Amino acid sequence: VCFIPGGLDCSISFVSHVLGKVCVHGRQKEILGVLVPRLTDLTKSDCIWQRICWRLMECVPDRWMEAVVLGFVQRAPGADVLSRLLGNLVVKNKKAQFVVTQKILLLQYGHTTAVLQNLLGYLSLDSLRRSLLLRVLQELLETWSSSSAVKHSPAEQQLYISKAILICLSHLKEPEIETCRQELLKSMMEGMKCHLDSSLPQLRRLGMVVAESISLKINTEGPVLKFEYEEDDETRELKSLLVQTPSFRVIPSLPDDDRSEKAGAALPLVPESNEKSHTAAPVMPDEESDAELDSDDDLIPYDMSEDKELKIKAPVYIRDCIEVLTGSRSEDVDKWEATVKALESLVRKNPAATREVSVELAKILLHLEGKTCIEGFVELRQRAQVAVLTTDPIPVAKYLTSQFYSLNYSLRQRMDILDVLVLAAQELSCPKFHGKTKHSGAQKPCIELLGSDSSKDWRRIVDERIKSKTRRFDMGQSRVELASCPNKFNSVAGYFFFPLIQHFDRPLTTFDLLGEDHLVLGRLVHTLAILMYLAVNTVAVTAMGKALLEFVWALRFHTDSYVRQGLLSCISSLLLSVPTEQILADMTEELLETQSWLGDVMEKDPDGDCRRLALQNLLLMENLKKKLEAVPS
Amino acid sequence: MALPPPDPQFVLRGTGAAVHTLHFSCGGPEPDIPLLFSGSENGFIHVWNLKTHRVDSVLDGHGRKSVYCVETMGGKDRLLSQGRDQRICLWDLAEGRTSVTDSVFTEHVGFCRCSLLKVAQGRWLMAMAARSLEEVQILELPSKTSVCTLKPEVGAKLGMPMCLKLWQLNCGSQPVLLAGYEDGSVVLWNVSMGKVLSQLVCHQEPVMSLDFDSEKAKGISGSSEKVLSIWSLNEQQNLQVYKTHELVNAGISDITIRPDKKILATAGWDHRIRIFGWKKLKPLAVLDYHTATAHCVSFSDHSNPRERLLAAGSKDQRISVWSIYAQT
Repeated sequence: VCFIPGGLDCSISFVSHVLGKVCVHGRQKEILGVLVPRLTDLTKSDCIWQRICWRLMECVPDRWMEAVVLGFVQRAPGADVLSRLLGNLVVKNKKAQFVVTQKILLLQYGHTTAVLQNLLGYLSLDSLRRSLLLRVLQELLETWSSSSAVKHSPAEQQLYISKAILICLSHLKEPEIETCRQELLKSMMEGMKCHLDSSLPQLRRLGMVVAESISLKINTEGPVLKFEYEEDDETRELKSLLVQTPSFRVIPSLPDDDRSEKAGAALPLVPESNEKSHTAAPVMPDEESDAELDSDDDLIPYDMSEDKELKIKAPVYIRDCIEVLTGSRSEDVDKWEATVKALESLVRKNPAATREVSVELAKILLHLEGKTCIEGFVELRQRAQVAVLTTDPIPVAKYLTSQFYSLNYSLRQRMDILDVLVLAAQELSCPKFHGKTKHSGAQKPCIELLGSDSSKDWRRIVDERIKSKTRRFDMGQSRVELASCPNKFNSVAGYFFFPLIQHFDRPLTTFDLLGEDHLVLGRLVHTLAILMYLAVNTVAVTAMGKALLEFVWALRFHTDSYVRQGLLSCISSLLLSVPTEQILADMTEELLETQSWLGDVMEKDPDGDCRRLALQNLLLMENLKKKLEAVPS
Repeated sequence: MALPPPDPQFVLRGTGAAVHTLHFSCGGPEPDIPLLFSGSENGFIHVWNLKTHRVDSVLDGHGRKSVYCVETMGGKDRLLSQGRDQRICLWDLAEGRTSVTDSVFTEHVGFCRCSLLKVAQGRWLMAMAARSLEEVQILELPSKTSVCTLKPEVGAKLGMPMCLKLWQLNCGSQPVLLAGYEDGSVVLWNVSMGKVLSQLVCHQEPVMSLDFDSEKAKGISGSSEKVLSIWSLNEQQNLQVYKTHELVNAGISDITIRPDKKILATAGWDHRIRIFGWKKLKPLAVLDYHTATAHCVSFSDHSNPRERLLAAGSKDQRISVWSIYAQT
């Protein structure tokens, strides 16, 4: 396409029509792939070409405007190029404005970060358009701080909006921040609350990063909001969006930075050399001591072989341990530390003695708090608790599950109970894995529960098991046969499982699973999923399966996606653990209902993980059916 | 084949509380009884008769607050004691009396033991930690007049003074003070001018105790870490590190060099008393008797070398008395 420049009054609306029609038919890539670079070059320094370009855009009919604008935004190599090509189109044309400020940002979320940079940079480059930038920021913040949006919109959309907010913030100038400081603060507080309330760690982190960035922008002096979270690629990428690197920064500034760094480094050296006049001179030469006649030789040393490091002895008997741990004498801190470190091995070596005092010991450990700063106190305590639980499962399980639903425990303690139950169940059901993490040839990986992100690990493990199951028909037996021993979890599985499921709908004054404490509910559901998974080959598995299915059914519409993920894991565990014959004998109707629910979840649930889990469950169910059909009746 | 370490010659029991300080007074001619003074955490000062191994008298002058320093002033009739009641008491013990003749209110709430130096007949200088955090006050006794106050410069951040030693090279020369501070440094002060002569960082942790041999111009300090630091004073009055010695267990409460400068003893937090040769800090013996932290260690001033004793006081309320390397 080439134009006749200079003096001629041509109408290019024909070209606009062609462009619009081509774009709307989905051929943006082909035509804009040629057009955009050409226009970029032509408009670089030539104002006439710029005006021609703008006229071109303005003449595109409204019904095709969206496709064209979107294409340009996607293809422009930078915000300044976009600015040259589009001019003030967004100000003049209502449809373009709608597309740029509403549709791309709020209604779609599939575009890349580069697109966002282009678009928002474009809005910021001209004073006429800056008011749009502010309006966009306000609307983005409204969405970000709305609690229903945080709960119901997919994580990808929330990430997209967060990125857009950060890029907007990076373009704001001081006077603009001044005018909207109060609103920014208000949105930040509301949004922070909704995000921190969420059970998904990714959303919490997103909220923290954005809140920190907003606080950084509005508080130029004084303390800035700072959260503690683990940095990963996503957070680093988000934070990098806050800093705009203008494309015209001159490189020679770098040597200046180096020089100032070196100057800074030189300064600390100087006071150090001053210090040296105070501090040690080199050691006196050894010749002196040789020259002196040793009257010290008269003094014959005594035997000092007994002189070793002083070690505080831990108690050797379990009852002594109990005394030390419950004693209030603050002087015996060393002994207390030694006891905590030695407790797990003592419990394991003296099962009979432990059984006499198991519930008391469990009670002490549940309430034990770190008196001193021992390294790994939480792990030591948890291992001791697991040791006590596996040594005397039934009474201790009864105690722990009853305490889970009792008054006056912190959420952390309740979640600790769940962790200990799972670790002990794992140890009881596969005793070979106590202490070992790898098992050559076997497909059963170890479950690590010492962290709050344990849900990911559990799901990974269940997923792997599902995968191994679903492929079994093709690959056949590929597992190494392990030495068999009685399943200790068999006799106690019920004691672990049923009390936990019993009271979930009865709120206490300080603990309401169905209300505020949905984080603990999520953890409880995941725990039940694991217990179900570990109960394979136990006698109680069918009864557990039925109870679990009812439980899941009651909670299936819960709004928290972490809870829903747990519920879907429960179904997976159920399908894997309960023998097929039992499933089909006792639970056919419930399963059919579950199947239709799963189909719904797979299509409509906003959370990606939930959809994936629902799909896996449906596949498992399909496999069950096939398995039955394969058995000759 | 090295001999096993000796057992204590005898053990004194009956203080009823942790023993924090010990001081011998055995130099008097016959028929004077050799005595050992001990200060305990219950505020009592016990006067032990070393012939009968029993308590001769009990002095109660610090309102049941722990006594952490006792020293005699020229003989066993005059005693100085320092307690946690923020007072230093001067006692008159002649002819069986047990009365406090005078006291100094130090307003010091720490544990820094005072240091005495006899400068003339009947006149002593005493260095003590004062009320203000980093200061050391020098008083003349018995007049209790203040000679000077040794204040580190602003920003020195030495912390509290932890241990003091006043000494002078010989009778006529200027008295100087060695002070160990909370930040691990040892400072040499010129007392008459009130100025710092030299400062040396010996430890990373507070200096718990120090002692100094003025003849060899060498000193030793111990702290809460595992290292003993030996330093020397050169002609320009500058402190330099001479050597360090690493111990098996951390924590030293007290260090004393024997008056004949041949050996020294350390009292450790690991309940053990260690004996070293002073010349080259050769480890000589580890005396493992006590069952709790050893707080103090002291050599006797017997005129007959063969009778010399070493006493150690500990948190386990016992005082062990040893005869070790007495033959040299």
